[in-house]
Amino acid sequence: MSRTWAFASNYLIYSAMFVYTLSFFAHAIETAWAVKVPTDTTKTLDYKRTEKVARIATAMMILGFILLFAGVIARGISSSRVPWGNMYEFSITGALAFTGAYLGALRKYDLRWLGLLVSISVLLTLGTAVAVLYRPSAPLVPALKSTWLVIHVSAAIISGGVFLLANVIAAAYLYLDNMEAKGERTAWAKRLPSLEVLDQLSYRLVAFVFPLWTFAVIAGAIWAESAWGRYWGWDPKETWAFITWVAYAAYLHARVTIGWRGRRAAWLCLFAGSTFLFNYVYVNIWGTGKHTYSGL
Amino acid sequence: MSQQTELPELDSVGVLRYAWRQLTSMRTALILLLMLGVAAIPGSLIPQRTQNPIQVSQYFKDSPALAKWMDRFSLFDVYGSPWFSAIYILLFISLIGCVLPRTIEHFHAARALPPATPKNLSRMEHHSTWAANGTELDVARAWFKTHRFRILEKDGSISAEKGFTRETGNLFFHLALILVLLGISFSSLFGMRGEAIINVGERFVNTPTSYDTLTYGKLYKDSNLPSFMLTADKFVAQYNIETSSPEDYTLNVSLLRDDFSVVEKKVIKVNSPLTIGSTRIYLQANGYSPVVTVRDSKGDVAFQGPVPFLPQDSNLRSIGAIKVPDADPQIGFVGSFVPTYVRDPNGGGAQSAFPKALDPRLLLSAWLGDLGLDSGIPQSVYRIDTSAMQQIGLKTLKPGETFTYEGGSITFEGYIQWVNLNFVADPGKKFALLGGIVAILGLLASLFTRRRRIWIRVGSEVEVAGLAKNAAPGLEIEMEQFIRVLKGDK
Repeated sequence: MSRTWAFASNYLIYSAMFVYTLSFFAHAIETAWAVKVPTDTTKTLDYKRTEKVARIATAMMILGFILLFAGVIARGISSSRVPWGNMYEFSITGALAFTGAYLGALRKYDLRWLGLLVSISVLLTLGTAVAVLYRPSAPLVPALKSTWLVIHVSAAIISGGVFLLANVIAAAYLYLDNMEAKGERTAWAKRLPSLEVLDQLSYRLVAFVFPLWTFAVIAGAIWAESAWGRYWGWDPKETWAFITWVAYAAYLHARVTIGWRGRRAAWLCLFAGSTFLFNYVYVNIWGTGKHTYSGL
Repeated sequence: MSQQTELPELDSVGVLRYAWRQLTSMRTALILLLMLGVAAIPGSLIPQRTQNPIQVSQYFKDSPALAKWMDRFSLFDVYGSPWFSAIYILLFISLIGCVLPRTIEHFHAARALPPATPKNLSRMEHHSTWAANGTELDVARAWFKTHRFRILEKDGSISAEKGFTRETGNLFFHLALILVLLGISFSSLFGMRGEAIINVGERFVNTPTSYDTLTYGKLYKDSNLPSFMLTADKFVAQYNIETSSPEDYTLNVSLLRDDFSVVEKKVIKVNSPLTIGSTRIYLQANGYSPVVTVRDSKGDVAFQGPVPFLPQDSNLRSIGAIKVPDADPQIGFVGSFVPTYVRDPNGGGAQSAFPKALDPRLLLSAWLGDLGLDSGIPQSVYRIDTSAMQQIGLKTLKPGETFTYEGGSITFEGYIQWVNLNFVADPGKKFALLGGIVAILGLLASLFTRRRRIWIRVGSEVEVAGLAKNAAPGLEIEMEQFIRVLKGDK
């Protein structure tokens, strides 16, 4: 029975990858074909030409999200627990959270220009997960058997998804800023909203999710107290979670209290986000400490 | 006051005041915050004494000169180092210096009425004006009341303000961080932490000598140890057949509290420690203790009992040492215990295929000579310094088998399991937890409330304007709503 669910989960995730690939191509076509070259040879953008493709791209993204969601659920059923026991499972759930953050933000803001980046990063994450990180579905080790797994890990994964989205937007800000400084704009850059909107958007996302990250760290501390006998022990994962927290706290202070905007704020945002990524990749794979379980 | 006191560079009070202002400035606080983040990095890349003492000593062996220098900069003990402490202590002083005056200021501001309506509203944002019909002021007052603005009415105008929760939340967040730090310091003064390995079936009496390691907070005394007795009755470890990863550890204990009258039966699991008063007992590790009997040449028992061995891999291949200092000459056995014996396919020694004891073996190498126990140098109980000894034999034993060597014999009677228990008293953790909860609530309040002012003046014309602090968005929509209500077209 559990095998069937595990297979179902794998197929769902492969299907999600296929659909994300379609979404990626649709976004690519949208970006490329929106450029029209009229007779006077100045390039202009005409989105009416690509509106249909853009809709398909977003529809595929939603379908991919649903398939991936089902895949994650099936993975959980196959081992009768929440699917957050190893790095493969963190990665598929992380990809889900990232798409979810994008689709959620899409309801409120016109973010379709971001679709190209979102679909390719989700594809890369899922590809790595399937090819490198895959582990057969198995029960949890005793230390992970706790209600706090659900609370701590879900908060951490959602925070991660939103942090990364804020990072992508900050990177887009820097890219666009460079373009404007040079006085040129590529096809993709033309799709971007104004610098001010990008700047505000990445801040808004960080401010929204910073309390959740704080909660994830505190929930982790409460869990660590009952599992390991101390709520804080400077384990590498804890240390880097703290560094991420400090970096985003500095980012929020820099913006709200000192009034940093634009390039400096974007760089600080990127720095903070990279500490999160480092924690996820380095500490999980090469790190030592109490957060490493059963291989990966 | 003489002329001199006004020149800070000549006056110590002035210098102090200058230093205080610098320290409590936002810029300094931000730099200290970033420094704290950066300072935490080396501790995650270099092995730390508190977490990984074995790797630290390996460092000292591999490159002694470098390690010595690194040790001078406390790089093996980053989080207790003077420089790390200096950063966070300065940060917290800066925080206190920043937050306390703001708290007092906010306390006054929260009770004060909003400032009067500015004379020239047309200079403000969101300004709009239209012909009055006379009822606007009443409508506005009612609207402000239902939307819980604080208002000041004066000369046909209302000045309304809302969003004090923002600063309240902000201050609570920062005060809560101080509470977390106080909780941590409280634990380091009044806390206690100890470890003990207990063979299943054995009894643990809570006295300092029962512990393998024991550290007290600076103000914790022996007499603070609660008196209780604990017997490890039964330990069950369950493993996955396919992956041999552990699935469950359950320890049953009998507990006798201070009055020693009733025996309570308790269960300790990995995520559910046993709580006795302010002490909690955690199940941290487990392994095997081979039970052996060592006899001398006459057949008299020189040593008998279980000897805890240390697990080396996930299948619990364990190593240890059996020392018999009472024999003459002294004898020691360097041992390796495998719960489920297989030959290493690559031609090495014995390996374990599964963590449960399905087919246990004890591999021994016997050494004769001086164990070096009287040299005064502390020795690991899991290793033998064989430099002054001579090897007299190698043998692999099944349970019940005996290895006879010149001058005696050793019998592998069987095995029992041991558990490693952590005993922790952490009286400050409730303050830290409370601080954490308040911090999140404060953060939510400060990040999701907007502070703004709305003004209205009614003469022959109605004039309204608004101001959002920190350029918070959303005032536009609120103003539109307000104006619609004023104009009566809901």
